[in-house]
Amino acid sequence: MIKGIAVKVAAAVALVSGLSACGNIEPWVKPYERQQLADPLMAANPNPVSSAYMDHVFEAREGARGALGGGGGGCGCN
Amino acid sequence: MSLARNKARILWSMVAGAALALPLVSSAGVLPDDRADALYHRYEGGGVTIQGPSVLVRKKMAEKYAVTANYYQDMITSASIDVEVSGASQYKEERDQYSLGFEYLRGKTTYNLSYTNSEENDYEAQTASFGLSQDLFGDLTTISMGFSRGADKVRNSTDPSFERDIDRWSYRVGVSQILTKSFIAAMNLEVITDEGFLNNPYRSYRYIDPNDNRRFILAQEIYPRTRTSNAVALNGRYFLPYRAVVYGGYRFFTDTWRIRADTFELGYIHPIKQQWTLEARVRYYQQDNAEFYSDLFGRVNQQNFMARDKELSTFNSMAFRIGASYEFAQTGWRFVKKGSVNLFYDRIEFKYDDFRDARVSKLLPTDPGYAPAGSEPLYEFGANVIQAFVSIWF
Repeated sequence: MIKGIAVKVAAAVALVSGLSACGNIEPWVKPYERQQLADPLMAANPNPVSSAYMDHVFEAREGARGALGGGGGGCGCN
Repeated sequence: MSLARNKARILWSMVAGAALALPLVSSAGVLPDDRADALYHRYEGGGVTIQGPSVLVRKKMAEKYAVTANYYQDMITSASIDVEVSGASQYKEERDQYSLGFEYLRGKTTYNLSYTNSEENDYEAQTASFGLSQDLFGDLTTISMGFSRGADKVRNSTDPSFERDIDRWSYRVGVSQILTKSFIAAMNLEVITDEGFLNNPYRSYRYIDPNDNRRFILAQEIYPRTRTSNAVALNGRYFLPYRAVVYGGYRFFTDTWRIRADTFELGYIHPIKQQWTLEARVRYYQQDNAEFYSDLFGRVNQQNFMARDKELSTFNSMAFRIGASYEFAQTGWRFVKKGSVNLFYDRIEFKYDDFRDARVSKLLPTDPGYAPAGSEPLYEFGANVIQAFVSIWF
Protein backbone atom coordinates (compact mmCIF):
# COMPACT_ATOMS: atom_id res chain seq x y z
CA MET A 1 0.00 0.00 0.00
CA ILE A 2 2.72 2.46 1.02
CA LYS A 3 4.60 1.62 -2.16
CA GLY A 4 1.46 2.32 -4.19
CA ILE A 5 0.98 5.69 -2.53
CA ALA A 6 4.63 6.57 -3.09
CA VAL A 7 4.26 5.79 -6.80
CA LYS A 8 1.17 8.01 -7.05
CA VAL A 9 2.86 10.90 -5.25
CA ALA A 10 5.94 10.54 -7.45
CA ALA A 11 3.71 10.56 -10.54
CA ALA A 12 1.93 13.69 -9.32
CA VAL A 13 5.20 15.52 -8.68
CA ALA A 14 6.50 14.44 -12.09
CA LEU A 15 3.32 15.71 -13.73
CA VAL A 16 3.60 19.10 -12.07
CA SER A 17 7.27 19.34 -12.98
CA GLY A 18 6.46 18.48 -16.58
CA LEU A 19 3.70 21.06 -16.82
CA SER A 20 5.98 23.69 -15.31
CA ALA A 21 8.03 23.52 -18.45
CA CYS A 22 5.02 24.90 -20.34
CA GLY A 23 4.95 28.03 -18.18
CA ASN A 24 6.08 30.39 -20.94
CA ILE A 25 2.79 30.30 -22.89
CA GLU A 26 1.64 33.85 -23.65
CA PRO A 27 -1.24 34.71 -21.26
CA TRP A 28 -4.31 36.02 -23.11
CA VAL A 29 -5.44 37.93 -20.01
CA LYS A 30 -2.51 40.17 -19.09
CA PRO A 31 -1.57 40.73 -15.47
CA TYR A 32 -2.72 44.37 -15.69
CA GLU A 33 -6.14 43.20 -16.95
CA ARG A 34 -6.94 41.19 -13.85
CA GLN A 35 -8.34 43.82 -11.51
CA GLN A 36 -11.84 42.33 -11.77
CA LEU A 37 -10.55 38.83 -11.08
CA ALA A 38 -8.62 40.18 -8.11
CA ASP A 39 -11.67 41.91 -6.61
CA PRO A 40 -12.51 40.44 -3.18
CA LEU A 41 -16.02 39.64 -4.49
CA MET A 42 -14.41 37.13 -6.89
CA ALA A 43 -12.64 35.21 -4.15
CA ALA A 44 -13.25 31.51 -4.67
CA ASN A 45 -13.70 30.88 -0.98
CA PRO A 46 -14.04 34.21 0.82
CA ASN A 47 -15.08 32.69 4.17
CA PRO A 48 -13.41 29.30 4.73
CA VAL A 49 -14.80 28.90 8.24
CA SER A 50 -18.33 29.30 6.88
CA SER A 51 -17.99 27.21 3.72
CA ALA A 52 -16.42 24.31 5.64
CA TYR A 53 -19.40 24.39 7.98
CA MET A 54 -21.99 24.45 5.18
CA ASP A 55 -20.20 21.62 3.37
CA HIS A 56 -20.59 19.64 6.57
CA VAL A 57 -24.28 20.53 6.89
CA PHE A 58 -25.02 19.15 3.43
CA GLU A 59 -22.63 16.22 3.52
CA ALA A 60 -24.13 15.02 6.80
CA ARG A 61 -27.55 14.72 5.15
CA GLU A 62 -26.77 13.65 1.61
CA GLY A 63 -25.31 10.55 -0.01
CA ALA A 64 -22.97 12.52 -2.25
CA ARG A 65 -19.54 13.69 -1.15
CA GLY A 66 -16.31 15.13 -2.48
CA ALA A 67 -15.10 17.41 -5.30
CA LEU A 68 -15.86 20.52 -3.27
CA GLY A 69 -12.51 21.97 -4.18
CA GLY A 70 -11.95 23.71 -0.91
CA GLY A 71 -15.20 24.65 0.62
CA GLY A 72 -18.33 25.08 -1.39
CA GLY A 73 -17.17 27.29 -4.20
CA GLY A 74 -15.12 24.64 -5.81
CA CYS A 75 -13.03 27.12 -7.70
CA GLY A 76 -9.40 26.74 -6.70
CA CYS A 77 -8.62 30.08 -8.19
CA ASN A 78 -8.11 33.80 -7.79
CA MET B 1 -27.61 7.32 22.73
CA SER B 2 -26.64 8.36 19.24
CA LEU B 3 -29.35 7.19 16.92
CA ALA B 4 -29.25 9.84 14.26
CA ARG B 5 -25.65 9.25 13.32
CA ASN B 6 -24.78 8.87 9.70
CA LYS B 7 -21.96 8.11 7.39
CA ALA B 8 -21.39 11.73 6.65
CA ARG B 9 -20.39 12.49 10.17
CA ILE B 10 -17.89 9.69 9.75
CA LEU B 11 -16.50 11.63 6.83
CA TRP B 12 -16.44 14.94 8.56
CA SER B 13 -12.85 14.91 9.59
CA MET B 14 -11.78 14.24 6.02
CA VAL B 15 -13.93 17.10 4.77
CA ALA B 16 -12.60 19.40 7.44
CA GLY B 17 -9.04 18.46 6.61
CA ALA B 18 -9.58 19.25 2.97
CA ALA B 19 -11.44 22.44 3.74
CA LEU B 20 -8.65 23.51 6.00
CA ALA B 21 -5.97 22.85 3.45
CA LEU B 22 -7.51 23.78 0.13
CA PRO B 23 -8.56 27.39 0.64
CA LEU B 24 -4.95 28.13 1.35
CA VAL B 25 -3.84 26.71 -1.96
CA SER B 26 -6.39 28.73 -3.90
CA SER B 27 -3.62 30.68 -5.49
CA ALA B 28 -0.42 28.75 -5.70
CA GLY B 29 1.82 31.77 -6.15
CA VAL B 30 0.79 33.77 -3.07
CA LEU B 31 -0.11 32.70 0.45
CA PRO B 32 -3.36 34.22 1.76
CA ASP B 33 -3.36 37.05 4.29
CA ASP B 34 -3.27 36.51 8.04
CA ARG B 35 -6.78 36.12 9.31
CA ALA B 36 -8.87 35.01 12.28
CA ASP B 37 -12.54 33.96 12.20
CA ALA B 38 -14.89 33.21 15.08
CA LEU B 39 -18.18 31.61 14.05
CA TYR B 40 -21.32 30.55 15.85
CA HIS B 41 -23.42 27.99 13.97
CA ARG B 42 -26.88 26.65 14.60
CA TYR B 43 -28.84 24.01 12.67
CA GLU B 44 -32.43 23.27 13.58
CA GLY B 45 -34.70 20.86 11.73
CA GLY B 46 -36.25 17.39 11.77
CA GLY B 47 -36.18 17.27 15.57
CA VAL B 48 -32.44 17.94 15.68
CA THR B 49 -30.63 21.00 17.00
CA ILE B 50 -26.87 21.29 16.49
CA GLN B 51 -24.96 24.38 17.55
CA GLY B 52 -21.51 25.45 18.57
CA PRO B 53 -18.49 27.56 17.74
CA SER B 54 -15.76 27.31 15.13
CA VAL B 55 -12.55 29.30 15.36
CA LEU B 56 -10.06 29.48 12.49
CA VAL B 57 -6.70 31.27 12.58
CA ARG B 58 -4.20 31.58 9.70
CA LYS B 59 -0.76 33.09 10.05
CA LYS B 60 2.06 33.24 7.53
CA MET B 61 5.76 33.65 8.10
CA ALA B 62 8.38 35.10 5.76
CA GLU B 63 5.82 34.91 2.89
CA LYS B 64 6.84 31.27 2.45
CA TYR B 65 5.24 29.38 5.32
CA ALA B 66 1.75 29.43 6.77
CA VAL B 67 0.08 27.73 9.69
CA THR B 68 -3.67 27.21 10.05
CA ALA B 69 -5.47 26.04 13.17
CA ASN B 70 -9.16 25.30 13.60
CA TYR B 71 -11.31 24.31 16.54
CA TYR B 72 -14.86 23.20 15.81
CA GLN B 73 -17.58 21.98 18.15
CA ASP B 74 -21.02 20.44 17.66
CA MET B 75 -23.44 20.34 20.58
CA ILE B 76 -26.25 18.04 19.52
CA THR B 77 -29.75 17.59 20.90
CA SER B 78 -31.65 15.02 18.89
CA ALA B 79 -35.14 13.64 18.82
CA SER B 80 -35.08 12.89 15.09
CA ILE B 81 -37.59 10.67 13.33
CA ASP B 82 -35.12 7.75 13.65
CA VAL B 83 -34.95 8.27 17.40
CA GLU B 84 -38.74 8.43 17.67
CA VAL B 85 -39.35 5.34 15.53
CA SER B 86 -36.86 3.34 17.58
CA GLY B 87 -38.73 4.25 20.74
CA ALA B 88 -35.65 5.90 22.28
CA SER B 89 -35.80 9.25 24.01
CA GLN B 90 -34.09 12.51 23.07
CA TYR B 91 -30.32 12.44 23.54
CA LYS B 92 -27.55 15.00 23.84
CA GLU B 93 -23.93 14.68 22.84
CA GLU B 94 -20.90 16.73 21.89
CA ARG B 95 -18.20 16.49 19.24
CA ASP B 96 -14.89 18.32 19.37
CA GLN B 97 -12.58 18.67 16.42
CA TYR B 98 -9.09 20.07 16.13
CA SER B 99 -7.23 20.70 12.89
CA LEU B 100 -3.73 21.89 12.17
CA GLY B 101 -2.39 22.74 8.72
CA PHE B 102 0.99 23.75 7.40
CA GLU B 103 1.94 25.24 4.01
CA TYR B 104 5.12 25.89 2.16
CA LEU B 105 5.33 28.12 -0.90
CA ARG B 106 8.22 27.57 -3.27
CA GLY B 107 8.18 29.50 -6.52
CA LYS B 108 4.79 28.90 -8.06
CA THR B 109 4.12 25.72 -6.13
CA THR B 110 2.40 25.46 -2.77
CA TYR B 111 2.66 22.30 -0.68
CA ASN B 112 0.30 21.68 2.22
CA LEU B 113 -0.01 19.18 5.01
CA SER B 114 -2.86 18.95 7.52
CA TYR B 115 -4.03 16.78 10.35
CA THR B 116 -7.52 16.62 11.88
CA ASN B 117 -8.77 14.84 14.97
CA SER B 118 -12.46 14.52 15.84
CA GLU B 119 -13.72 13.00 19.07
CA GLU B 120 -17.03 12.19 20.67
CA ASN B 121 -18.03 9.68 23.28
CA ASP B 122 -18.54 6.84 20.79
CA TYR B 123 -16.62 7.92 17.69
CA GLU B 124 -13.08 8.94 16.89
CA ALA B 125 -11.69 10.06 13.54
CA GLN B 126 -8.21 11.04 12.45
CA THR B 127 -7.24 12.31 9.02
CA ALA B 128 -3.97 13.34 7.46
CA SER B 129 -3.87 15.20 4.13
CA PHE B 130 -1.20 16.19 1.66
CA GLY B 131 -1.68 18.43 -1.33
CA LEU B 132 0.05 20.69 -3.76
CA SER B 133 -0.96 23.32 -6.28
CA GLN B 134 0.89 25.02 -9.08
CA ASP B 135 0.30 28.12 -11.20
CA LEU B 136 0.91 27.64 -14.90
CA PHE B 137 0.69 29.42 -18.25
CA GLY B 138 1.30 32.96 -17.06
CA ASP B 139 -0.74 32.26 -13.94
CA LEU B 140 -3.91 31.77 -15.98
CA THR B 141 -4.18 28.18 -14.82
CA THR B 142 -3.85 26.64 -11.37
CA ILE B 143 -3.71 22.89 -10.98
CA SER B 144 -4.01 21.15 -7.64
CA MET B 145 -3.93 17.62 -6.37
CA GLY B 146 -4.26 16.05 -2.97
CA PHE B 147 -4.43 12.88 -1.01
CA SER B 148 -6.02 12.13 2.38
CA ARG B 149 -5.81 9.13 4.62
CA GLY B 150 -8.33 8.61 7.40
CA ALA B 151 -8.66 6.15 10.25
CA ASP B 152 -11.83 6.00 12.34
CA LYS B 153 -12.94 4.06 15.37
CA VAL B 154 -16.65 3.30 15.70
CA ARG B 155 -17.95 2.50 19.18
CA ASN B 156 -21.34 1.85 20.72
CA SER B 157 -22.34 3.64 23.89
CA THR B 158 -24.60 0.75 24.91
CA ASP B 159 -21.90 -1.90 24.41
CA PRO B 160 -18.45 -1.05 25.81
CA SER B 161 -16.88 -4.06 24.09
CA PHE B 162 -17.93 -2.85 20.62
CA GLU B 163 -15.19 -1.22 18.54
CA ARG B 164 -14.77 -1.31 14.77
CA ASP B 165 -12.38 0.40 12.35
CA ILE B 166 -12.79 2.30 9.11
CA ASP B 167 -9.96 3.13 6.72
CA ARG B 168 -10.37 5.91 4.18
CA TRP B 169 -8.48 7.14 1.18
CA SER B 170 -9.25 10.23 -0.84
CA TYR B 171 -7.61 11.39 -4.08
CA ARG B 172 -8.32 14.85 -5.51
CA VAL B 173 -7.30 16.74 -8.62
CA GLY B 174 -8.46 20.14 -9.74
CA VAL B 175 -7.83 22.82 -12.31
CA SER B 176 -8.95 26.42 -12.33
CA GLN B 177 -8.72 28.52 -15.41
CA ILE B 178 -8.98 32.25 -16.07
CA LEU B 179 -11.05 32.39 -19.26
CA THR B 180 -11.58 36.14 -19.70
CA LYS B 181 -10.93 39.34 -17.77
CA SER B 182 -14.11 38.71 -15.80
CA PHE B 183 -14.70 34.96 -15.89
CA ILE B 184 -12.97 32.13 -14.09
CA ALA B 185 -13.94 28.46 -14.12
CA ALA B 186 -12.79 25.38 -12.26
CA MET B 187 -13.14 21.64 -12.43
CA ASN B 188 -12.54 19.33 -9.48
CA LEU B 189 -12.50 15.55 -9.31
CA GLU B 190 -12.39 13.40 -6.20
CA VAL B 191 -12.36 9.66 -5.58
CA ILE B 192 -12.98 8.41 -2.04
CA THR B 193 -12.70 4.82 -0.87
CA ASP B 194 -13.85 3.52 2.52
CA GLU B 195 -13.29 0.12 4.02
CA GLY B 196 -14.55 -1.14 7.36
CA PHE B 197 -17.68 -0.82 9.49
CA LEU B 198 -19.65 1.67 7.43
CA ASN B 199 -23.09 1.48 8.97
CA ASN B 200 -24.40 3.16 12.05
CA PRO B 201 -24.37 0.71 14.97
CA TYR B 202 -27.59 2.27 16.30
CA ARG B 203 -29.70 2.42 13.15
CA SER B 204 -32.26 -0.19 12.09
CA TYR B 205 -34.01 -1.25 8.93
CA ARG B 206 -37.64 -2.32 9.19
CA TYR B 207 -39.55 -5.28 7.78
CA ILE B 208 -43.19 -6.32 7.72
CA ASP B 209 -44.35 -8.06 10.88
CA PRO B 210 -45.17 -11.63 9.71
CA ASN B 211 -47.96 -11.78 12.29
CA ASP B 212 -49.59 -8.48 11.35
CA ASN B 213 -48.78 -6.97 7.96
CA ARG B 214 -50.00 -3.54 9.08
CA ARG B 215 -47.07 -3.39 11.51
CA PHE B 216 -43.30 -3.50 11.20
CA ILE B 217 -40.36 -4.89 13.18
CA LEU B 218 -36.89 -3.30 13.46
CA ALA B 219 -33.58 -5.10 12.94
CA GLN B 220 -30.00 -3.84 12.81
CA GLU B 221 -28.80 -2.56 9.44
CA ILE B 222 -26.14 -4.46 7.49
CA TYR B 223 -23.93 -2.51 5.07
CA PRO B 224 -21.20 -3.58 2.65
CA ARG B 225 -17.70 -3.19 4.07
CA THR B 226 -16.44 -1.12 1.15
CA ARG B 227 -17.57 1.96 -0.73
CA THR B 228 -15.91 3.91 -3.52
CA SER B 229 -17.33 7.16 -4.81
CA ASN B 230 -16.53 9.47 -7.71
CA ALA B 231 -17.47 13.12 -7.89
CA VAL B 232 -16.76 15.72 -10.54
CA ALA B 233 -17.69 19.37 -10.16
CA LEU B 234 -17.69 22.33 -12.52
CA ASN B 235 -17.85 25.85 -11.10
CA GLY B 236 -17.68 29.34 -12.50
CA ARG B 237 -17.62 32.93 -11.28
CA TYR B 238 -18.43 35.92 -13.43
CA PHE B 239 -17.79 39.57 -12.60
CA LEU B 240 -20.66 41.79 -13.73
CA PRO B 241 -19.89 45.24 -15.20
CA TYR B 242 -21.48 47.14 -12.28
CA ARG B 243 -19.30 45.36 -9.67
CA ALA B 244 -21.30 42.35 -8.62
CA VAL B 245 -20.66 38.64 -9.02
CA VAL B 246 -22.77 35.76 -10.22
CA TYR B 247 -21.52 32.25 -9.57
CA GLY B 248 -22.75 28.75 -10.28
CA GLY B 249 -21.79 25.13 -10.17
CA TYR B 250 -22.78 21.58 -10.95
CA ARG B 251 -21.57 18.36 -9.36
CA PHE B 252 -22.14 14.84 -10.62
CA PHE B 253 -21.74 11.98 -8.17
CA THR B 254 -21.80 8.17 -8.40
CA ASP B 255 -20.66 5.40 -6.09
CA THR B 256 -20.42 1.62 -5.84
CA TRP B 257 -23.62 1.56 -3.77
CA ARG B 258 -25.39 2.78 -6.94
CA ILE B 259 -26.19 6.19 -5.51
CA ARG B 260 -26.27 8.83 -8.23
CA ALA B 261 -26.62 12.47 -7.38
CA ASP B 262 -26.74 15.89 -9.01
CA THR B 263 -26.08 19.19 -7.25
CA PHE B 264 -26.82 22.58 -8.82
CA GLU B 265 -25.95 25.92 -7.32
CA LEU B 266 -26.48 29.52 -8.39
CA GLY B 267 -25.56 32.59 -6.37
CA TYR B 268 -25.33 36.35 -6.58
CA ILE B 269 -23.15 38.76 -4.58
CA HIS B 270 -23.95 42.46 -4.52
CA PRO B 271 -22.00 45.17 -2.69
CA ILE B 272 -23.77 48.26 -1.37
CA LYS B 273 -21.68 51.35 -0.88
CA GLN B 274 -18.30 50.70 0.65
CA GLN B 275 -19.14 48.56 3.63
CA TRP B 276 -22.03 46.21 2.90
CA THR B 277 -22.12 43.03 0.83
CA LEU B 278 -25.32 41.05 0.27
CA GLU B 279 -25.52 37.50 -1.01
CA ALA B 280 -28.34 35.26 -2.23
CA ARG B 281 -27.99 31.65 -3.30
CA VAL B 282 -30.15 28.74 -4.35
CA ARG B 283 -28.96 25.14 -4.29
CA TYR B 284 -30.79 22.07 -5.58
CA TYR B 285 -29.74 18.52 -4.77
CA GLN B 286 -31.22 15.24 -5.99
CA GLN B 287 -30.13 11.63 -5.50
CA ASP B 288 -31.26 8.09 -6.33
CA ASN B 289 -31.21 5.49 -3.60
CA ALA B 290 -28.52 2.96 -2.75
CA GLU B 291 -29.21 -0.49 -4.19
CA PHE B 292 -29.60 -2.06 -0.73
CA TYR B 293 -31.90 0.66 0.61
CA SER B 294 -35.57 -0.01 1.27
CA ASP B 295 -38.10 1.83 3.37
CA LEU B 296 -39.79 -1.46 4.28
CA PHE B 297 -38.33 -4.91 3.62
CA GLY B 298 -40.68 -7.85 3.06
CA ARG B 299 -39.01 -10.06 5.67
CA VAL B 300 -36.08 -10.29 8.04
CA ASN B 301 -32.70 -11.04 6.39
CA GLN B 302 -34.30 -10.58 2.99
CA GLN B 303 -30.93 -9.86 1.37
CA ASN B 304 -27.24 -9.63 2.25
CA PHE B 305 -27.23 -5.87 2.80
CA MET B 306 -30.12 -3.86 4.18
CA ALA B 307 -30.34 -0.16 5.00
CA ARG B 308 -33.02 2.33 5.92
CA ASP B 309 -30.88 5.40 6.35
CA LYS B 310 -32.84 8.24 4.73
CA GLU B 311 -29.56 9.68 3.46
CA LEU B 312 -29.36 6.61 1.20
CA SER B 313 -32.95 6.99 -0.07
CA THR B 314 -34.24 8.77 -3.17
CA PHE B 315 -34.82 12.40 -2.24
CA ASN B 316 -34.23 15.99 -3.15
CA SER B 317 -33.46 19.12 -1.21
CA MET B 318 -33.78 22.78 -2.03
CA ALA B 319 -31.74 25.35 -0.13
CA PHE B 320 -32.14 29.11 -0.16
CA ARG B 321 -29.62 31.50 1.33
CA ILE B 322 -29.55 35.16 2.19
CA GLY B 323 -26.55 36.74 3.82
CA ALA B 324 -25.09 40.10 4.71
CA SER B 325 -21.56 41.21 5.57
CA TYR B 326 -20.49 44.52 7.05
CA GLU B 327 -16.86 45.61 6.90
CA PHE B 328 -15.38 47.69 9.69
CA ALA B 329 -11.96 49.26 10.28
CA GLN B 330 -11.42 49.38 6.52
CA THR B 331 -8.49 51.72 6.92
CA GLY B 332 -7.02 49.72 9.77
CA TRP B 333 -7.14 49.97 13.53
CA ARG B 334 -4.09 49.13 15.63
CA PHE B 335 -2.90 45.69 14.46
CA VAL B 336 -6.11 45.02 12.50
CA LYS B 337 -5.98 45.72 8.75
CA LYS B 338 -9.75 45.29 8.39
CA GLY B 339 -12.62 43.31 9.80
CA SER B 340 -16.12 42.08 8.95
CA VAL B 341 -19.29 41.00 10.72
CA ASN B 342 -21.34 38.41 8.82
CA LEU B 343 -24.79 36.87 9.15
CA PHE B 344 -25.99 34.05 6.86
CA TYR B 345 -29.33 32.30 6.92
CA ASP B 346 -30.09 29.14 4.93
CA ARG B 347 -33.46 27.47 4.64
CA ILE B 348 -33.34 23.85 3.43
CA GLU B 349 -36.38 21.78 2.41
CA PHE B 350 -35.92 17.99 2.25
CA LYS B 351 -38.45 15.84 0.40
CA TYR B 352 -38.12 12.05 0.44
CA ASP B 353 -39.51 9.85 -2.32
CA ASP B 354 -39.17 6.46 -0.61
CA PHE B 355 -38.76 7.16 3.08
CA ARG B 356 -42.06 7.09 4.93
CA ASP B 357 -43.05 8.53 8.27
CA ALA B 358 -43.02 5.27 10.23
CA ARG B 359 -44.29 7.02 13.37
CA VAL B 360 -47.74 6.92 11.78
CA SER B 361 -48.04 3.12 11.67
CA LYS B 362 -46.97 2.91 15.31
CA LEU B 363 -50.14 4.72 16.34
CA LEU B 364 -53.23 2.80 17.44
CA PRO B 365 -55.42 1.82 14.44
CA THR B 366 -58.22 3.82 16.02
CA ASP B 367 -56.12 7.01 15.89
CA PRO B 368 -57.28 9.31 13.06
CA GLY B 369 -53.66 9.81 11.99
CA TYR B 370 -52.98 6.09 11.67
CA ALA B 371 -51.86 4.42 8.44
CA PRO B 372 -50.56 0.85 8.07
CA ALA B 373 -46.86 0.12 7.46
CA GLY B 374 -45.93 0.89 3.86
CA SER B 375 -48.83 3.33 3.44
CA GLU B 376 -47.60 6.12 5.69
CA PRO B 377 -47.15 9.58 4.19
CA LEU B 378 -43.72 10.30 2.70
CA TYR B 379 -41.42 12.11 5.08
CA GLU B 380 -40.32 15.71 4.58
CA PHE B 381 -38.91 18.42 6.77
CA GLY B 382 -37.38 21.88 6.70
CA ALA B 383 -34.26 23.12 8.44
CA ASN B 384 -33.02 26.56 9.44
CA VAL B 385 -29.29 27.15 9.43
CA ILE B 386 -27.79 30.28 10.94
CA GLN B 387 -24.17 31.39 10.89
CA ALA B 388 -22.94 34.51 12.64
CA PHE B 389 -19.23 35.23 12.47
CA VAL B 390 -16.60 37.91 12.87
CA SER B 391 -13.47 37.99 10.72
CA ILE B 392 -10.38 40.10 11.17
CA TRP B 393 -7.35 40.40 8.90
CA PHE B 394 -4.11 41.34 10.57
